Amino acid sequence: MTVEGTAQRKNARGSSKRTTAKKATSAKKASPAKARNSGRPDEAEQDQLVQLLTPEGKRIEHPDYSIDLSAEELRGLYRDMVLTRKFDAEATTLQRQGELGLWASLLGQEAAQIGSGRALRDDDYVFPTYREHGVAWCRGVDPTNLLGMFRGVNHGGWDPNSNNFHLYTIVIGSQTLHATGYAMGVQKDGADSAVIAYFGDGASSQGDVAESFTFSAVYNAPVVFFCQNNQWAISEPTEKQTRVPLYQRARGFGFPGVRVDGNDVLACLAVTKAALERARTGQGPMLIEAFTYRMGAHTTSDDPTKYREDEERVAWEAKDPILRLRTYLEAEGLVDEAYLASIDEESEALGKRVRDAVRAMPDPDDMAIFENVYADGHALVDEERAQFAAYQASFADADAAAEGN
Amino acid sequence: MAVFEKITIAKAINESLRASMEADPKVLVMGEDVGKLGGVFRVTDGLQKDFGEDRVIDTPLAESGIVGTAIGMALRGYRPVVEIQFDGFVFPAYDQIVTQLAKMHARALGKVKVPVVIRIPYAGGIGAVEHHSESPEALFAHVAGLKIVSPSNSSDAYWMLQQAIAGDDPVIYFEPKRRYHDKSRLDTESIPDPLHKARIARTGADLTLAAYGPMVKVCQDVANVAAEEGKSLEVVDLRSLSPIDFDTVQSSVQKTGRLVVVHEAPVFFGAGAEIAARITERCFYHLEAPVLRVGGFHSPYPPSRLEDEYLPGLDRVLDAVDRALAY
Repeated sequence: MTVEGTAQRKNARGSSKRTTAKKATSAKKASPAKARNSGRPDEAEQDQLVQLLTPEGKRIEHPDYSIDLSAEELRGLYRDMVLTRKFDAEATTLQRQGELGLWASLLGQEAAQIGSGRALRDDDYVFPTYREHGVAWCRGVDPTNLLGMFRGVNHGGWDPNSNNFHLYTIVIGSQTLHATGYAMGVQKDGADSAVIAYFGDGASSQGDVAESFTFSAVYNAPVVFFCQNNQWAISEPTEKQTRVPLYQRARGFGFPGVRVDGNDVLACLAVTKAALERARTGQGPMLIEAFTYRMGAHTTSDDPTKYREDEERVAWEAKDPILRLRTYLEAEGLVDEAYLASIDEESEALGKRVRDAVRAMPDPDDMAIFENVYADGHALVDEERAQFAAYQASFADADAAAEGN
Repeated sequence: MAVFEKITIAKAINESLRASMEADPKVLVMGEDVGKLGGVFRVTDGLQKDFGEDRVIDTPLAESGIVGTAIGMALRGYRPVVEIQFDGFVFPAYDQIVTQLAKMHARALGKVKVPVVIRIPYAGGIGAVEHHSESPEALFAHVAGLKIVSPSNSSDAYWMLQQAIAGDDPVIYFEPKRRYHDKSRLDTESIPDPLHKARIARTGADLTLAAYGPMVKVCQDVANVAAEEGKSLEVVDLRSLSPIDFDTVQSSVQKTGRLVVVHEAPVFFGAGAEIAARITERCFYHLEAPVLRVGGFHSPYPPSRLEDEYLPGLDRVLDAVDRALAY
């Protein structure tokens, strides 16, 4: 093979890739557009998509999943979603202002996260990715704690065991195995807690996710796999990850999978509750595919205009999770102007608290580099700590000498 | 509690696991074929029968899954002791070990502990097929958050594993598979050395040989031959590669003035490189010769018919000793 030949092949491959991507994008566009026009996605998907609240805010029933919430609980879900969105927007702004190095926005995924998050019991345990700000909110993790790693002052600033909310995991899919192992431990303890592992459509391609499916199925571990299919893994559409709907993956591993409208907080809550209940009662794992949409960029470093059409985002806007619940609450007379205004007020206050907290967040002490590398200590770390401290101190000596002059 | 005048390393590890499991109900053993079969080297023989399937867990054949779920169980309060069947099979788990196991304690600012022990039968000399004879310890020693140890005899095998299990850090415990059936003394009531302390396996005056795991015996044999030639070699069994007990090596080299580091792993970027650099820094004015290294070549581990040439043996180590003494 000549060099020229190689170059030609590369060019050919490059151009065919572009063609494929284009095709995929236009195919994707068709589906939401169709959904909007007919009020339903294509038929095969509609059959599998659990929905209890339509994009228009109309309450509907599903044969397998039902939910009966008090007015207060419904208002609570609304409040959770609004405050989570506010927090998220604030963090994005803080990144733009240079206060954070990076932010991974959850915009559009509030229903998936609040619905599943509110399905959990206190003794359940959550293994998140790095985008589960709404779930963290449900677990009572102070939102300002989530920002430390994005500001660069730590790699995860909270105690996982105080809220049963593990640290954010950045390596895609790794945490699904931790969740499975944790669930195996729960099982050994004879406890009736459940474990939930969050991951995304991109992670579904990772070997660790497949292995976690295998292990959880083989040991019948009490773990729920909650996949937020937000349609995009940075620039790659779901078509680049799978040839079958993701929820169908579970079947081959021997446990049920279900696709839920990820923008429907009621459906996400109902389905997650059912899955957790299955886990608690010894029926093993379940996969939930929350069909949702990443309204924003992958992170603040990303530029979605390079790979997706804005029409797609606009189509999903019509399915906004917060708007549809608000429409429903208003139609049912469950909220009034005063209530909505109070939420807006609370939201503003949260924004201010987050801003103030981030700006006041100090850089860690230099010597923190050497802290917590080992639980029981390590001679090399001790030696390097001492050497670095002496090196630092040498500047102080020099400064003192300079002042003496 | 007993004294074994002659016990194999494999049996000593088995006794050690047994003692750990008896002492702490949170200790679990997991891996491929560790249950009924007792592992491909029979190291876990009989444990499942005595401790049950709940504590001695046959896992699916997925190393990342084994280590990843062990991490999850550790987060739940268990102390999993994971067996990776062979050295060359650890790499599917490398991601979990490096990105998760090693870093989770620091990531959590110390608020979680991940006391997972990973046992890996390693190194060559058994005439095996590809991937069954490798020495990947340097690839792990380079990673902060992990502790790396390797015993060379039955007593160390017994005690070091229990110490690794009892500690709160992740430990990779490399078992010299070609020495599994070597017998030596074990007193289960003696007081062991600290886990990361090196041991002077033989005292000498002219040159220090530093080795660990399977190469300690080779170095002792070398010292015997050298003694017949009138050369007095000191042998340091490092026992731990992360951390390395440089103080013990330093004291030895300050006495002998010469150091040869021996391991099966490739010399390039191997443990010997680090030891040579550190000892040169610490003993510059005591050294009579450059620190020399004997180890594997920068080639894939060869087919077994060639492994005697690839592995550091008596002659190759003696050659390095002669070169060091010639300065």
